[in-house]
Amino acid sequence: MKYFFLILFTISGINPTFSDERLRSFINENSNYIIKSSSKTVDNILKKVDDFNEESVTQFLTLWKNKKLYYIKKSKNIVLAKKADDNSYKVFDIFSKPLIKKLSKKNLKKIKPNSGVRAKISSALVRFQIFSKDEEKRLNSIKALEKKILPEHLDLLRKALSLEQNIMLRDRLQNLLYLAILEFSQNKIEKIKVLDKLSGNTSIEIRAAFSKVLRTSKIMATDDLKKLKNKNVARIIIPEKTIKNKYGEAEPINILFKNKPELNILKAYEIAERSGYVNKRVSLENIKNILESNIENGKVFGVNVIELNNFSKRIDIYNKFAVENNKELYKTVSDLENDLSKFHFYTTYTEKSKKVTDKAIQILSSINLKVKFYKYLDLLIDGLSLASIYFLGAIGLAITFGVMRVINMAHGEFIMMGAYTGYIVQLYISNHTLSLIIAFPLAFLITFLAGVIMERLVIRHLYKNPLDTLLATFGISIALQQLAKNIFGTQARPLTSPQWLDGALTINDDLSISYIRIAIFILGLIFFSLLLFVMKKTRFGLETRSVTQNPAMAANMGINPEKINMLTFGFGSGIAGIAGVAIGLFSKVTSELGSEYIVQSFMTVVVGGVGSIWGTLAGASLIGFLQKIIEWFNPSNTLAAQTYMIIFIILFIQFRPRGLIALKGRAANDQ
Amino acid sequence: MKKYILLFVFLCISNFSFADGHTKPIKIGILHSLSGTMAISETTLKDTMLMLIEQQNKKGGILGRKIEPVVVDPASNWPLFAEKARELITVQKVDVMFGCWTSVSRKSALPVLEELNALLFYPVQYEGEESSKNVFYTGAAPNQQAIPATDYYLDELGVKKFALLGTDYVYPRTTNKILKQYLIDKGIPESDIFVNYTPFGHSDWSKIVSDVVSLGADGKKVGVISTINGDANIGFYKELAAAGVKADDIPVVAFSVGEEELSGLDTTNLVGHLAAWNYFQSAESDLNTSFIKAWKSKMGDKRVTNDPMEAHVIGFEMYVKAVEKAGTTDVNAVRKAMYGMKVPNLTGGTAEMLPNHHLSKPVLIGEILENGQFDIISQTKEVPGDAWTNHLAESAPLKSDWKTLGCGMYNTKTKKCVQIKSNY
Amino acid sequence: MINKIKDPLSQHLLIFVITMFLFTILVTFLSEPYGINLISTSFVKVLGKTLCLCIAAVAMDVVWGYCGILSLGHFAFFGLGGYMIGMWLMYERTELIVLNSINEQQLPLTPSELKEAIGNQIFGVVGGKEIPNIWIFADNIYMQLLLVVLVPGLLAFIFGWLAFRSRVTGVYLSILTQAMTLALSLYLFQNDSGLRGNNGLSGLQNIPHIEGLGQPSISIWFFWFSSIALLLTLFIFKFILNSKFGSVITAVRDNETRLRFFGYNVESYKLFIFVLTAIITGLAGAIYYPQAGIINPAEIAPIASIYLAVWVAIGGRGNLYGAILGASSVSLLSSWFTGGNAPNIPLGFYTIEWVNWWTVFLGIGFVLITIFSKNGLIGFLNNIFIKIK
Repeated sequence: MKYFFLILFTISGINPTFSDERLRSFINENSNYIIKSSSKTVDNILKKVDDFNEESVTQFLTLWKNKKLYYIKKSKNIVLAKKADDNSYKVFDIFSKPLIKKLSKKNLKKIKPNSGVRAKISSALVRFQIFSKDEEKRLNSIKALEKKILPEHLDLLRKALSLEQNIMLRDRLQNLLYLAILEFSQNKIEKIKVLDKLSGNTSIEIRAAFSKVLRTSKIMATDDLKKLKNKNVARIIIPEKTIKNKYGEAEPINILFKNKPELNILKAYEIAERSGYVNKRVSLENIKNILESNIENGKVFGVNVIELNNFSKRIDIYNKFAVENNKELYKTVSDLENDLSKFHFYTTYTEKSKKVTDKAIQILSSINLKVKFYKYLDLLIDGLSLASIYFLGAIGLAITFGVMRVINMAHGEFIMMGAYTGYIVQLYISNHTLSLIIAFPLAFLITFLAGVIMERLVIRHLYKNPLDTLLATFGISIALQQLAKNIFGTQARPLTSPQWLDGALTINDDLSISYIRIAIFILGLIFFSLLLFVMKKTRFGLETRSVTQNPAMAANMGINPEKINMLTFGFGSGIAGIAGVAIGLFSKVTSELGSEYIVQSFMTVVVGGVGSIWGTLAGASLIGFLQKIIEWFNPSNTLAAQTYMIIFIILFIQFRPRGLIALKGRAANDQ
Repeated sequence: MKKYILLFVFLCISNFSFADGHTKPIKIGILHSLSGTMAISETTLKDTMLMLIEQQNKKGGILGRKIEPVVVDPASNWPLFAEKARELITVQKVDVMFGCWTSVSRKSALPVLEELNALLFYPVQYEGEESSKNVFYTGAAPNQQAIPATDYYLDELGVKKFALLGTDYVYPRTTNKILKQYLIDKGIPESDIFVNYTPFGHSDWSKIVSDVVSLGADGKKVGVISTINGDANIGFYKELAAAGVKADDIPVVAFSVGEEELSGLDTTNLVGHLAAWNYFQSAESDLNTSFIKAWKSKMGDKRVTNDPMEAHVIGFEMYVKAVEKAGTTDVNAVRKAMYGMKVPNLTGGTAEMLPNHHLSKPVLIGEILENGQFDIISQTKEVPGDAWTNHLAESAPLKSDWKTLGCGMYNTKTKKCVQIKSNY
Repeated sequence: MINKIKDPLSQHLLIFVITMFLFTILVTFLSEPYGINLISTSFVKVLGKTLCLCIAAVAMDVVWGYCGILSLGHFAFFGLGGYMIGMWLMYERTELIVLNSINEQQLPLTPSELKEAIGNQIFGVVGGKEIPNIWIFADNIYMQLLLVVLVPGLLAFIFGWLAFRSRVTGVYLSILTQAMTLALSLYLFQNDSGLRGNNGLSGLQNIPHIEGLGQPSISIWFFWFSSIALLLTLFIFKFILNSKFGSVITAVRDNETRLRFFGYNVESYKLFIFVLTAIITGLAGAIYYPQAGIINPAEIAPIASIYLAVWVAIGGRGNLYGAILGASSVSLLSSWFTGGNAPNIPLGFYTIEWVNWWTVFLGIGFVLITIFSKNGLIGFLNNIFIKIK
């Protein structure tokens, strides 16, 4: 029966089903390439699919790309499958989708193209989809092109742009066409026009396209600069003296930044050798090998081996041997330099036209100037963001240590308790926004209580001796940390921010800031104003200040110092709890969360000036910005930045022992 | 005064009362940190070992003898690994040890192991450049993880510019050194390799992520190879997600991120990023299914399995077989019995112990899925682990063969054993 | 105030020396290589290390309990001492290995080749190969021993001079010293610091040239060193504290301002004590780490120094025996409880596992002692002793 239909279809000729049949057999013949797809081999298939019916090919490629295909292990036939029950699948044909049979899970395997293959498939789909009537499909092919443009896409793009009606898509196509022209067009004038149009655009793709125009060849050597007349020379390289800049030009080496020269003498010599200008160099390693292969009875060419423990002796002996055997002599670095002085090293742009490269350099340098400005701005924002994190970490301490002068080593653990509160609330309330709204006051409440309990039980007894408080609270700190470990385990717990805090505010490719950091910055501001308000404008603040300045006098005025101390400490701890929720949101919730912030927080308060909330703000800003600036000078080493920062703080305190914003008058003297 | 002399005496004696037993069980020491920074990863391995021992005891133990686990806590404190290892060997008199995670902890315990001729199974992927007579490395060497992953970047994804991000310690340092040389040999210019190290538990990633993004400004495809360890990954991936870095644009392949690490994260924004291991929970095999089932029934439904756990499964299985083959727990006899030992691994193939104390294992590359699992997109045949990398000039001539050469650092050029003990 | 109890130093020194001596002999007699093999080598090492910690605690007690400077950075000096001796140990050991691996069919190494080979061995594991400049004296044990004294001493001198000069006192000084040790440990964590970063220096227990002795003997030798060093430390401090100089030191603690009015140069006294204790702590570190086997920057993280202060507080401030009691008891108990040897306590509904709960109880213990017993354990014992009398 099946054959009958087959014959029938063969006769009917143009029937698409017949074409499907051809495609199906093509697919199954090449099933190995599809099952074990690799970027290297997938082109074999993608090149050949043009012969088949457009729609079917599109369908097949889309299924393949979306990881929808399966294969039957035995026959290697490629099929579609749908889960029937736990152990078996319903199997369909790729095209006509008749139910073939039910197969158990073991006989089937999913085909999983890797993302390199998927990109190539998407790229191959472009030519089928870019003129499609379906806007969605056109968009897909534009997306694929934005990832990778191939030379053959240049003409496709010109045509597609002329046909496209949708304005949004037109813009994107136009952009793509520019990029394609820069990369693949042979037309000088067209390229220069495009370059002009793109001036001022700082996006990464555009800069990438410019850089591609300015790509240079491998380093080559010549004995005569006149020979280079007809070439678009990018730079003449002087060994040990020059480096390459962003535009492919040569620049003298800058000793200040310790940058390595592009070409050292030995490499240069190799290049000259490859060009046939000089003979192969004999290295110390070669000499050693030659001498070692000639060791006989503890002697080399009549010299005791033991004597050969320095290079000059080895070179002497080798040179003697070389003269006798007519071999190349050993050359010192200055010999090499002498030899090389006759030759010049250079590279050329891969772009043949000097006009194009000159134009590209001119425009790219103006773009880079802008980019530089954005980078500085980005640094500023980074510093601000780090400062607000430090501020959050230290804000509770600004009260307990800054105002009350209690050294609370368990402050970090209050932050941790806040973070865990956030985590627990999220366990029960799955709406992340709502859970945060509940977590903040709850964290405050819990840490407030913890603070009050701690004050009543421990700190109250130790007000006279701050150093004892330090030890006792350290004890509490390690106990709390271990308790957290016993309860929550050592795993980091997730504290997920609500959706609207995901992502980043992107101004351009060089300037973006994640919403969560903005939120932390705003939170810091709110805390700051809240604290200022509470301490300066409320009765509670007034009482707190009076108790810390002179408890006896305050008591005479009818204030209960015990109560105020308790409440103030609770207040400071509670704020640490809220900060904990925020910190947990952008990093992670572990039992060691708090201990990471404790030393830094103390330093923030001390640098800023004890006793002043403004001081804590100033301290956090100083530390945050400074750390970012140091990091900026030495981007590959974050640890160094932290080290230098602390050393700076130590020195800073020598010169301003009372911190940035020092209290004046009586309040300053109670320590 | 007398009080604390008494205390000392008491401590000495109490140490002894545990030293010998009357029945003769086989003692297995478990040297994993249960507190401190590494507890996150290592506690799981302790639980794995306890489960395996329990299972084996149900089957009747080894050679008719029960197995008795001895758990100690080196508390993520490197010197303590040496101290506890010595205690396990000389006081508790264990027959074998399973343990360590970081390379530092292994290097701390190494001199003790070699001095006292003990046996350690080390289950974690590591930087290679070592082959001790007293350690069986059941994790991946660089050629079983880092090099294949880099090849995948070069061949499959067409990455031209590399960002090697790592935590500042031995494994990333050495791995990156090897990878850098490997990439240079493959024709990637040194200026296209960006290397950055961050401290343990680093959390401020915004600058580094934006630096990586702007690497793309010269039009080459950028790929990130991450050897970031532990907690720091959480902040890193969160920042990646926030910066909108998609796997299609800038893929990240991680060597230290597995199912366990992802379970602390919201993975929706990480879909498509990669990890290279020798095992993923999603591997399809009967053995794996039953292992996962046993693990979940013991530890709870939410717990996941990962690569170092498989390494312990293989290591334990091999040890059991080796003791049965040797008929004794004597270290030298067991070591001899280990060479060429084959046991099925959980991903469906066979793991074989090579004379250089490394395993042959398949290399798997997985893409992160929304549910925190990995979609295996590439799986090789078993690759024999290489103790000394071929990609560094100074290690290329070195070879390890304990079976015939009796040396872990044999220089094939000078035909001499450089040293019997390891570098630490 | 703290030691109103009649200064116990001179009173008990003889008893202590005799006890220490008997104890050392006893341990030797019970040890594996020189006795009846009742104490394992690992326990001998623990004891030796504990004695070194006691030395550090005694120094800490002098600087805090007697002079009133709560330094939360003294462990930095301990670590530096360890690093300085560790450099020689590693270099010498590696040099022997490298020289050993040359055979007759090779040329002897030139000095620069030797350096390169050693560098490759030592720094290969952390991705480098060049020997940094700070290792310049590493091949010379005498220079390196001198550095054990000089480096911690110099750091303490510079830091102390800066801090005391600008009259940073009390809590501020504590936080500053904490910052110092944090900065140092962060610096050493970097690979580029030239001391192998996080990996630190390892294999230090293999003392070059005497490896043949075997660890059991070597650890007994080090136990003796530690024991003698502790006694020497006590002698030195007893001498200083019982002199007139000692009274000035105590006066600094009790009322710095008044002392300054008397015309004393308080800063010099403080600086002297700070530097002296730093040097002694450094020396203790240099004996400690060859027993521990590995030193890395985590050792000098701020928490280690806080623990040092806690030991002193628990044992009893202003009493050198208190420091010894505190350091030895807390560190030994910690190692016992986290060693998995302590029996768990089943409560029926919950089993208290010491591995998990020890730190919690330890923390609560600190709190109780700071609140209820200002003079620490030794004060507590003294009180009982007096009552019995």
